[in-house]
Amino acid sequence: MAIAEPVTGAGAAAPGRDAFVEIDTVSLAYGSGPSRTLALRGATINVRKGEFVAVVGPSGCGKSSLMKLVTGLMRPTVGSVRVDGKSVDGPLKIAGMAFQNPTLLPWRNTLKNVMLPLEIVDPHKGRLRANRKEYEERAERLLDSVGLKGFGNRHPWELSGGMQQRASLCRALIHQPDLLMLDEPFAALDAFTREELWAVLQKLWMEEKFTVILVTHDLREAVYLAETIRIMSARPGRIVATREVPFGFPRTLDDTFKPEFVDIVHELREHIGRERTTQQAVSQ
Amino acid sequence: MSQIDQKIDSDASDLVLEPDAPAPSRRLVTENSAPWLIAAGTLVVWQLAVWVFSIKRFVLPAPTDIAASLWKWKEVILMHAGQTLYTTLLGFAFAVVGGMLLGVAVGYSRVMYRALYPILIAFNSVPKVAIVPILVIWFGIGTIPAVITAFMLSFFPIAVNVAAGLATVEPELEDVLRSLGASRRTILFKVGLPRSLPYFFASLKVAITLALVGSVISETIASNAGIGYLMLNASSRFDVPLVFAGLIVVAAMGVAIYAVFAAVETRTTGWAVRGQTQRFDAGGG
Repeated sequence: MAIAEPVTGAGAAAPGRDAFVEIDTVSLAYGSGPSRTLALRGATINVRKGEFVAVVGPSGCGKSSLMKLVTGLMRPTVGSVRVDGKSVDGPLKIAGMAFQNPTLLPWRNTLKNVMLPLEIVDPHKGRLRANRKEYEERAERLLDSVGLKGFGNRHPWELSGGMQQRASLCRALIHQPDLLMLDEPFAALDAFTREELWAVLQKLWMEEKFTVILVTHDLREAVYLAETIRIMSARPGRIVATREVPFGFPRTLDDTFKPEFVDIVHELREHIGRERTTQQAVSQ
Repeated sequence: MSQIDQKIDSDASDLVLEPDAPAPSRRLVTENSAPWLIAAGTLVVWQLAVWVFSIKRFVLPAPTDIAASLWKWKEVILMHAGQTLYTTLLGFAFAVVGGMLLGVAVGYSRVMYRALYPILIAFNSVPKVAIVPILVIWFGIGTIPAVITAFMLSFFPIAVNVAAGLATVEPELEDVLRSLGASRRTILFKVGLPRSLPYFFASLKVAITLALVGSVISETIASNAGIGYLMLNASSRFDVPLVFAGLIVVAAMGVAIYAVFAAVETRTTGWAVRGQTQRFDAGGG
């Protein structure tokens, strides 16, 4: 990432760069017959290992479908999805996911919520009983790192929305996934909590260097967090442009008010504005 | 960071402090005594009405007559009440097991849902009184038809509630677990069943009162023991105060077993009640 590259027309990174996630000309259709809708058409995205990618686009452009494809919850109608060199033909088992809704289990306290994936994912599933202490310490450390120290024994209803989302992030990361999929995870939070959580996520990512695909509507969020931003077209979604964000890490909130940062946000905004106009033109 | 932490802290402490806030104790007293006041008021009006309009005892006995009858026949009533309670609880026990299994089957499997739901609705629409004579042909009179009738009336709400509970698992949470490689069975045990527990316990208090209704119906038609039989017997002898005494006993038993299962509900699934209160507080749907 040298200097600000202009927005390029294609979505693909040059082949040969060690792609961790490869989405190759994928189309996805829901339903059949007259009610058949095309969510994605010819979407191509490559993500390097350890890269932080944000996907932005007009609403209803199939961003969430993209998440389901990558994690193997859905199969593409056309095209292929490969993660870590292997074709995805079922749930991935190595991914962590977090959504706009924290979806914590109300009958479990925060610590037990965070540890839920350990009860499911191999090899932790088999080791959990014997090494509970060690795993609990790991969960405590993770809670500590997102600012939830001492809240492990609280139940979700005792936490504010921002705290629940922090816990949800911990749950997505407890099994040290190689791939973190985030579907508008901060959209339901107030602006200040959201910015606070950006910093938390950035810190975690800088420490652990997992691969992140972040779906978001918030362009400031995308520019603040991501190394590369992919812009999707209106439905049926495909990648229409890629924007590298040239700033180094860590980025601070102050950075988001600098002219060069604001310029990128602006540029993205215009791009999406164009996509929306095309969408309206098509639908009329 | 510190500002936001403070904000979060104050949020949290608000929530934690809420239950400790000094309750308006006078309102609480009124709330607790209200049902007793209403019951006592009804009895007084009833008693006065019987006196003022000099209603015949075999038409509508006064509460004092009923009380006298209750006292006079207390041993007989106790024996019959014991029988009714026995058939009610036995039928209810079967209903808990059957209803839960059925609810899980219907809530878990789409095919089972498609296959069983119409039959369940049809079965639930049949008046159970109409089935008792058939049961008598098969099993004779007495305990067995009463237990079966209690079962038939009470398994339905349990099954429906358990199925509904399983259906409320958030699709996103299912995505999280499936993306970790969880099987449908794992999701059922980790999320589906705990999620449906509050629904299950909520249905118990409804189901137990229905079981009581079932038992009494069956005893009224085909039995030589139980409160239903006692009432039928008393009415054939025009001992109307005893009939009413039987009604009072059934009602009292209903309230008592309802209270027991309501208490079980709050004890076992407090998290759900808390969660709900909070949702209402937030003004959300």
